[in-house]
Amino acid sequence: MKKDKKILAKGVEAIVFGALEAECKCYFGYPITPQNDIPELMSRELPKRGGVFLQAESELAAINMVLGACATGARAMTSSSSPGISLMCESFSYLAALELPAVVVNVMRGGPGLGGIETSQGDYFQATKGSGHGDFRFLVLAPSNAQEAYELTAKAFELAEKYRNPVMILSDAILGQMKEPLVLKKLKIKKYPPETWALTGAKGRNSRFFRSLFLDAEELRQHNLKLMKKYQTMQKEIRYEAKVEEDTEVLVVAFGSMARLANEAIEDLRNKGYQVGYFRPITLYPFPYKTLKEIVTKAKKPLKILVPEQNCGQMFEDVKLAVEGKAEVISLPYPPSVVPFPEDLKKEIKKCLNPSKSRKV
Amino acid sequence: MRLELIIAGFGGQGVLFTGNLIAQASMLADYHVTYLPVYGPEMRGGTCNCTVIISDNPIASPLVLNPSFLIILNLPSFLKFIPRLKNKGRAIINSDLVKPEEIDNIEALQKKYKLYFVPVNSLAESLGKQMLANICALGAFYKVSKIFSRQNFEEALKYMLGESKAHLIEPNLKAFELGSKYIEEHYQVR
Repeated sequence: MKKDKKILAKGVEAIVFGALEAECKCYFGYPITPQNDIPELMSRELPKRGGVFLQAESELAAINMVLGACATGARAMTSSSSPGISLMCESFSYLAALELPAVVVNVMRGGPGLGGIETSQGDYFQATKGSGHGDFRFLVLAPSNAQEAYELTAKAFELAEKYRNPVMILSDAILGQMKEPLVLKKLKIKKYPPETWALTGAKGRNSRFFRSLFLDAEELRQHNLKLMKKYQTMQKEIRYEAKVEEDTEVLVVAFGSMARLANEAIEDLRNKGYQVGYFRPITLYPFPYKTLKEIVTKAKKPLKILVPEQNCGQMFEDVKLAVEGKAEVISLPYPPSVVPFPEDLKKEIKKCLNPSKSRKV
Repeated sequence: MRLELIIAGFGGQGVLFTGNLIAQASMLADYHVTYLPVYGPEMRGGTCNCTVIISDNPIASPLVLNPSFLIILNLPSFLKFIPRLKNKGRAIINSDLVKPEEIDNIEALQKKYKLYFVPVNSLAESLGKQMLANICALGAFYKVSKIFSRQNFEEALKYMLGESKAHLIEPNLKAFELGSKYIEEHYQVR
């Protein structure tokens, strides 16, 4: 068997290789730090594979090119960073309304406004709850290393087609700019034929069109109910990583790059005999509410949950919703541009431990 | 084995290239690695650093507060990072820009850490290419750390330079040898 190629890759490069593995055919985008390596690599790789790379005149143009390409059934994507993503929000709503399988990558940087180019997780709310007007959801995937960025990006195209819904890869500047080994594995990415709905020319069949305007009240209601049912079926896509036992005393819940820092802190404390656990949602929407609640109800001791984030407390609110008041949830806000070291997190975790009984004997 | 390395110097001294190269060579030597460049609006002449972690085990955090190894290419970096070095940590220091005789508490530092002063600027100038100072430091790192083989380095270098810069392989290898030889001749490395 041929060995898979292993390279040292940035997180953003891993995203490109993942998209290419899924045979993404179109990339449209507009430059912004810290994700410029995505268009750079795409501009080199896509034309070689018979695809289209196009630098648009603006983010708005780019996302509407994605919309157009997706409407024809092509695998298309765009990428940007926080302020650029905001500029695309109107069209995200249209993508959801038209049920188009677009893939959008957000390599988060600091905000609000133009913010800065330091890393951030400030767009959690935007990605999971408010990426545009109207009642719709992105399916949001949050990788925490290069290998996962590769595999989840490829998977994003499959999920987008499966549900005919836009999918977002939510990354950040640290994950994007850090290099680590990436194995370019062959992945099995399922294709859902677009022939039943795509605009491919009406020769020999009835014509089709996409619309998001429903002036008939009942028709609009039905459209919204249909979308709601779709979001309910997406619940089965929930993914997470957990290291937790029944006697865990403090549980750290984190995603993306912050999860790596938390994991390091937790591993070190566990090796020293502390009863601490780690939980990382990989799908941010749908959020693993049920699993978190189960962890809390199964816990033998009152559980304290710490939620470190590179923002002022956003996923914190979902964790609170999940545990339904049955555990104390504490937010650890690290707004840009201060990134904590695992040592800082260890200090915070230790503050929550019962000093006399926390160590295993 | 786990080694946490911070490389620091002026922008333009090749700090990021050196870190990248070390990460690449260590990956070829079958280690887990992470390479994290300092992230911000950097420019030539400003300060610059990167963190490379090399380990037998998967690496969670790419950030490290107290590294076990430093490569220091200028004085501001020396002042900033030496206090963060782990006890008994090792450091390769550019002695052209950080002169041991000008450091007040040098004896105390040498008790606490293992410091390798290497005149990487002068070594590179002896090759007529000042810009190779970083690779001289990398050669010294290779000799002190013994993480990857010379062959790993050569392969990583060829990969990083690519075909368009293949003519730079030879001078880079020479600089690497000079740094490595300097350690051999001036320090006892276990």
